[in-house]
Amino acid sequence: MIAPAQPTTDPAGNQEHPLRQGRHGSSKRVPLAILIPAACVGIAMLLPPAYLLIRGAEASNEAWDLLFRVQTLHLIGRTGLLILLVTAGSALLAVPIAWLTTQTNLPLRRTWAVLTALPLVVPTFVGGFLYVSALGPRGILQQALEPLGVDRLPEIYGLPGAFLVLTLLSYPYVLLTVRSAFQSLDPAFEESARTLGHGRMSAALRVTLPQLRPAITSGGLLVALYTLSDFGAVSLMRFPTFTWVIFQQYQTAFDRSIAAVLSLVLVCMALAIVLLDAYTRGRLRYYRVDAGPSRAPNVVSLGRWKWAAAIFLAAVVALALGIPAGVLLYWLVRGVLAGEPLLAFWSAAANSLAVSGAAALVSMACSAPIAAMVVRYPSKLARAIERLSFIGFALPGIVVALALVFFAVNYARPIYQTVWLLIFAYVVLFLPAALGATRSSLLKVSPDLEDAARGLGRTHTQTMRAVTLPLIAPGMLMGMSLVFLIAMKELPATLILGPLEFKTLATSIWSASSEAFFAQAAAPALVLIMLSSIPMAFLVTQEFTSPAASKSQSP
Amino acid sequence: MKNSYGMTMGIAAALIFAALLACSGRPDNTRTQAAPTQPPPTPQTIYVGNDPGSLVVYSGRSESLVGPIIEQFADATGIDVSTKYGSTGEIAATLLEEGGNSPADVFFAQDPGGLGAVAQAGMFDPLPSEITNLAPTWAQSPNALWVGISGRARVLVYNTDNLSESDLPDSIFDLTDPKWKGRIGWAPTNGSFQAMVTAMRELWGDDRTTDWLRGMQANEPSVYPKNTPQVAAAAAGEIDIGLVNHYYLHRFLHEEGDDFSARNYHPRAGGPGSIVLVAGAGILETSQNRENAERFLAFMLSTVGQQYFAGQTYEYPLVEGVRTNRLVTPIDDIIKPAVDMADLADLRGTQRLLRELGILQ
Repeated sequence: MIAPAQPTTDPAGNQEHPLRQGRHGSSKRVPLAILIPAACVGIAMLLPPAYLLIRGAEASNEAWDLLFRVQTLHLIGRTGLLILLVTAGSALLAVPIAWLTTQTNLPLRRTWAVLTALPLVVPTFVGGFLYVSALGPRGILQQALEPLGVDRLPEIYGLPGAFLVLTLLSYPYVLLTVRSAFQSLDPAFEESARTLGHGRMSAALRVTLPQLRPAITSGGLLVALYTLSDFGAVSLMRFPTFTWVIFQQYQTAFDRSIAAVLSLVLVCMALAIVLLDAYTRGRLRYYRVDAGPSRAPNVVSLGRWKWAAAIFLAAVVALALGIPAGVLLYWLVRGVLAGEPLLAFWSAAANSLAVSGAAALVSMACSAPIAAMVVRYPSKLARAIERLSFIGFALPGIVVALALVFFAVNYARPIYQTVWLLIFAYVVLFLPAALGATRSSLLKVSPDLEDAARGLGRTHTQTMRAVTLPLIAPGMLMGMSLVFLIAMKELPATLILGPLEFKTLATSIWSASSEAFFAQAAAPALVLIMLSSIPMAFLVTQEFTSPAASKSQSP
Repeated sequence: MKNSYGMTMGIAAALIFAALLACSGRPDNTRTQAAPTQPPPTPQTIYVGNDPGSLVVYSGRSESLVGPIIEQFADATGIDVSTKYGSTGEIAATLLEEGGNSPADVFFAQDPGGLGAVAQAGMFDPLPSEITNLAPTWAQSPNALWVGISGRARVLVYNTDNLSESDLPDSIFDLTDPKWKGRIGWAPTNGSFQAMVTAMRELWGDDRTTDWLRGMQANEPSVYPKNTPQVAAAAAGEIDIGLVNHYYLHRFLHEEGDDFSARNYHPRAGGPGSIVLVAGAGILETSQNRENAERFLAFMLSTVGQQYFAGQTYEYPLVEGVRTNRLVTPIDDIIKPAVDMADLADLRGTQRLLRELGILQ
């Protein structure tokens, strides 16, 4: 029902599924209960670009001189190349891991599932430094190899280093979305393909992979936009991208209007990426008229490949988690032995958990009306709101934070410097992570199911609770974990918008590492990684006892 | 099963919001709890001596550096001090964005550039002479808008396995010698580096500064985003010489011990390569707690405050009679060029020059 039907393309380039014409088209009116909250969230998402326009309008000629230079094109080109490589690398790493940890009889797969997701919480501003310490020309690895006569390792700096660090620390965006897609995959499709004479490979490529496509692209989009906004990794790996120029304006030139003009270019780049994604995604239909997978996935027996798979996962975990955690542990032990005092950071840990948890819940709640509108009542307005929501994610945190300073100080003074504004900022920054999850799970729920419930006399709310929510719950939980993990490491908005005296683990790490207090940075960083593994473990156990899977016990 | 989702999510939500209320409510609790211990206020009573009031400090210097001394100030005076930490750039941008609505009383910045930006926006109130008299004239802004609190020297950090001090050039200008090709690191986006180039333009003029910058470019320096990774790179032997501020080395020595393979060198012929810059602070025009803000600056420039910076952050005290940390080169042994902080105002000109040469993006 999904892949076999070939999509047709209309002259405007929009793909239209032959079966869906007319039925669930835009003729249906959006209920106000969906439209109003969706519009409110949409307006909130417009605050950063609105601020940039206000500030950008004040910019002097210097801003335009800065913009219209050959270097600008050069920088945009470099940024684009990095985005392409990091996104492709993340997908190539994430899809096999997702498959191994959901569809096979790999030993300890839940443990692998947690470990492979954790690199996401390592902030790049310290992660970049950790990788240089470990893999730099004269880093820890070189010292270990010194007895073998290795005097100097090849330079990690530049594109290879930036690619390596960003891929290793952001592939979990794709991993989490694809895992959740694998969880709701119905093995019947692949089996049908096999009985129709397709080999295992051909079935995987022509049936399974297309079903994973929305998950891969929505995770990949997050990786691409994150790469666009990152400063920590690219600066420490000495690979200037466009964001670097914006940071320069804030850090040493102290010119907000030039920074705003440059950030508007970043907004355009982000929208270009989002549109490119929308174009390639098309408008295929991904649902089936069924309550979910009727059975648990067929567990693929890996046989002797088990060992190869374990080595692959061990290598990824060693590179993406082992290196950062190892260097942190080394810093900690070295510092403690040198008598470095460790500061208490329990309140910082509690603050991190509280605001990140709240950000996850609120983001999920805000994503629901938008997802409902995009999937069930597609219209130009729905698409516009969805696409605009990506702007916050693609902008560096400092830009979004300053935008909210501007609006809150002038128009919402009572919430300025409270946790509520901080949580609002997290929602503006991270909504796309939640929205992607909600949207792709809703895409797989057939509207016929909802129509049937309505036909049997259920109200909108009852249908929502009895039919829709249980089906999309696993996807929403995944989206919440994603938001939680990235909120845990958020720095600039937390520094700028947090209440006075407000500390989180991320701010503690930054405060110490920026001034070379390595042991003091290592302790909260390790706690950050450990605490983040709790929701991941929760998520993984939920997956394996989800309604769909447990139903399969009695086929 | 379906209910278990709802339940877990409900419980999680309840827990998180309880925690949030707890953390958002905490500061208020301490204030309301403190109030009843005071004698019940009558309209005639004015608690000038009893209630020391509050102070909001925006700090562009990180908590690991200045947190302890700010706490000491709060303990000594009883003033309820709340601090916001960030990088100097982030805090300056926040202040500019807040404008007249800023809750801040004091801006404590890492470098003169950040102070200059806020001063230029007209957001600082001039400081009284009792405060400006505490610090030397070279270490403050022209119109007494801000004052230096501690000094930080520009140095060359070098790898001790490959070089000894006698190998190093007399003046920073000689780093343009081709023998240093591929062996130098610098951080052109760093505020202190740019302040040094501004001083260079002041001392050498634009032409010679341009010659130096071109010569450095010809030696293909490794570009670092800031000082810390440069010091680490110098110790690792990734580069032989780095252009940094002096105190990072001492942090590394503290963490890694004396066999850390890098040391500082103050160019023996002086010049812009051995300039001493300052971290400083100013009082905002919109401050509601002016008196406390002045007490804060006076405390930082007191013997206690200056001893803290000398002893704990390895910086240079700016007040007579306070001794520099024994691990740090005494300020009198540095051949300091005759440049005042007030001469470093033309940051823009420096950035334009660096951009024209393609050193800045």
